[in-house]
Amino acid sequence: MSNEKHHIVPFKVYILVLIALLALTFASIGIVSIELGKYTVAAALIFATIKSFLVLTYFMHLKYDKPYIKAMVGFVFAIFFVVIIITFLDYLYRA
Amino acid sequence: MENTLHQEHEHYDAEASKIGMWLFIFTELLLFGGLFIVYSVYRFLNPEAFHLAAEELNTTIGAINTVILLVSSMTIAMSTSTLQMRKKGATLFLLGVTVVLGLVFLVNKYFEWGAKFEHGIWPGSEHLKTAFSQGEILFFGLYYVMTGLHALHIIIGLIIIFFAIHRVNRGTVNENRAALLENAGLYWHLVDLIWIFLFPLFYLIH
Amino acid sequence: MNMQSEHLANASNYLTYKGKHRGLLGWILSTDHKRIGLLYLYSILTMFSVGVLLGLAMKLELLAPGKTIMEAQTYNSTFTVHGVIMIFMVVIPGLPAVFGNFLMPIMIGAKDVAFPKLNLLSWWLYVAGVFLVLGALFFGNGAPDTGWTFYAPYSFKTGTNLLPAVFGAFVLGFSSILTGLNFLVTIHRMRCPGLKWTKLPLFVWTLYGTAWIQLLATPVVGITLVLIALERIFGVGVFDPALGGDPILYQHLFWIYSHPAVYIMILPAMGAVSEIIPTFSQKQVFGYKAIIASTMAIAFVGYLVWGHHMFTAGMSGTAQYYFSLLTFIVAIPSAIKVFNWISTMYKGSINVQTPLYWAASFIFVFMVGGLSGLVLGSLATDVHVHDTAFVVAHFHYIVFGGTGFAFMAAIHYWFPKIFGRMYDKGWANAGWLIFFIGFLALYTPMFYLGMMGMPRRYYDYMKEFHGGNILSTFGSWVLATGLIIIIINLVRSAQKGVPAEANPWNGKTLEWTVSSPPSLENFDETPVIAENDGPYNYK
Repeated sequence: MSNEKHHIVPFKVYILVLIALLALTFASIGIVSIELGKYTVAAALIFATIKSFLVLTYFMHLKYDKPYIKAMVGFVFAIFFVVIIITFLDYLYRA
Repeated sequence: MENTLHQEHEHYDAEASKIGMWLFIFTELLLFGGLFIVYSVYRFLNPEAFHLAAEELNTTIGAINTVILLVSSMTIAMSTSTLQMRKKGATLFLLGVTVVLGLVFLVNKYFEWGAKFEHGIWPGSEHLKTAFSQGEILFFGLYYVMTGLHALHIIIGLIIIFFAIHRVNRGTVNENRAALLENAGLYWHLVDLIWIFLFPLFYLIH
Repeated sequence: MNMQSEHLANASNYLTYKGKHRGLLGWILSTDHKRIGLLYLYSILTMFSVGVLLGLAMKLELLAPGKTIMEAQTYNSTFTVHGVIMIFMVVIPGLPAVFGNFLMPIMIGAKDVAFPKLNLLSWWLYVAGVFLVLGALFFGNGAPDTGWTFYAPYSFKTGTNLLPAVFGAFVLGFSSILTGLNFLVTIHRMRCPGLKWTKLPLFVWTLYGTAWIQLLATPVVGITLVLIALERIFGVGVFDPALGGDPILYQHLFWIYSHPAVYIMILPAMGAVSEIIPTFSQKQVFGYKAIIASTMAIAFVGYLVWGHHMFTAGMSGTAQYYFSLLTFIVAIPSAIKVFNWISTMYKGSINVQTPLYWAASFIFVFMVGGLSGLVLGSLATDVHVHDTAFVVAHFHYIVFGGTGFAFMAAIHYWFPKIFGRMYDKGWANAGWLIFFIGFLALYTPMFYLGMMGMPRRYYDYMKEFHGGNILSTFGSWVLATGLIIIIINLVRSAQKGVPAEANPWNGKTLEWTVSSPPSLENFDETPVIAENDGPYNYK
């Protein structure tokens, strides 16, 4: 349908999302100064993942879009993760 | 009869354009994805070297650039709302802010890279090959390739936003024909998304 | 029909239509999906001919041990360029660019694809990529000699002209991505009323799965090629062992695209065969949903098996076991399709025509190629035959035999629709037979030669391999003869063949409801699909 009534996202939502993103950014800077050894990268990446989820859902409108677009996005990320995991089947288990 | 047959079908399908932009975004995600695979393998194989090399990077500039892009994502997202609210002036203002923020990002990058060049660090430089371990050489190689490719995408994003500004100004992009602006926004958010991952991987290794 | 309306009808078919541009410009600037499909047909056929000549040159060199007509260096460049042309310029664009472009919109009841101008851009990018790669041959230090796989570290050390070739391949990849994008949006958004997903022709389903692969896999080889270029220019180090890089990582990245790429090659081929077999059996396809499910399964699982090209490269044992297991799994949905096709023909009313000859022989060569893939997918046997002529036989059976035979089947099947004329059936069948015999003679010996230890990508071989190579080279001449007959027949028939009716084969998909050739906008009125209508509704 080319003339869908557009849902107008209020400014408030965008501002709140930005505040959350900034908070997560500073939290990720903070968390890597704690000695977590090999889990440091995981911690930083978890924050990055949450941030990207917020950007995708609110800024990129996925929350207000038809479900099949969300399915496509999920699928693409899934393929990427699967490929990277399989690649590590090589590097993790090399002699 | 002949004339009507070859009219360009200017049939506007916003959803088709949106899917098209999302599909293009998928290709960009996988383009960078390949680089993330390379990064993750070499970081796994050279953990200490990556730590060492990352100390050459300035976390503050990285954080400032992150904040810049996050704010610019908000401003361009807001512009899609103001367009729907038929506030052309506000839309143009928000897009202008987005562009300025993007340019500031590039200026920061310019100074960052410049500082590295002054220290003799660039891909293939003699200093890099002689004074650094293999893992560190890889780190800097990936740093330049990934942030460089990202900066190229910032430039592309800015060009797309310029198009959007022009069309909004002319009125050909409006609340009934919003696809160009919305898709420009999607592209800009992609650029932000990539940086959201680049930042911790290059600047937050301690 | 009186003279005037006949004139009008003729004047508005896509071949004769006169738009804003005249003559050649009216073609190379056309955004009509049908003209773009033909532009691809002519360009791909041209590049295929170049690739065939290179292949014939290689076979001539291998007619006898030692140097026959060229030095080793020339041979290396020949097989490299042969591979780059055949893979990136022929079989990957292949069926989607020609038949997907021409037929898919008609098959879904649409006037064109979603983004016609982007479609034209895709073709122009193809042409640009071709010129870039060909440029590599004539400037600098000569044609690349790395093999089409551009393995590191040699690809960044070789003195030959790699940058234009790599850049050309990148541009060709972009063309492929944009075609995939266009097809995905078209199939999602432009199906005519009543055409639900569960009523789509199987060819359209395979184009859909293929488009996802084009979209998601190609960028990975894109970035890999960029990294090779950066390695050559700057010495970044990502694949250079001297700087800490891992050449095996290059292979991972390369095959993460290039394995799914083979499904780009074969899925539309299977889709075309899935159209032809029901039509010439005049029977409902057996297991329509199973074919769709297996198509999607192949597209997805195809992303997970790339390491079977790297069993001897130095991966971990875990990775080797994993990739071997997944390779066996991905063979299952392909085999399912063979059962579906044979079952469709069973108790059908068989119309013995050229497309069916090609489709039936496709099933045979595809099976042989597929079974030989199991030999390669099994670790213990792969160690023995990796990098031998056995591999060359396997992929020629499955790609040339698979995609190639399906392309031939498709061009003969849809020929009357595309050109509005019928080809000469006698010559077409003769061409098929000679081609098929030549194909078998050319590639079958390679299985044996490979098992006996003859390596691939060498211009020389040990004396005990001489007999097999003579048969193989002789086969290449027979195949070339068949090819010439087929092409001359098609070219002449396009110009002078008997005018064809709208539905010469009694097919049930939408393209057979429009005139042969179709009018500019395909349909006078957008078709509406009734609830009980379907693409294979034979009584």
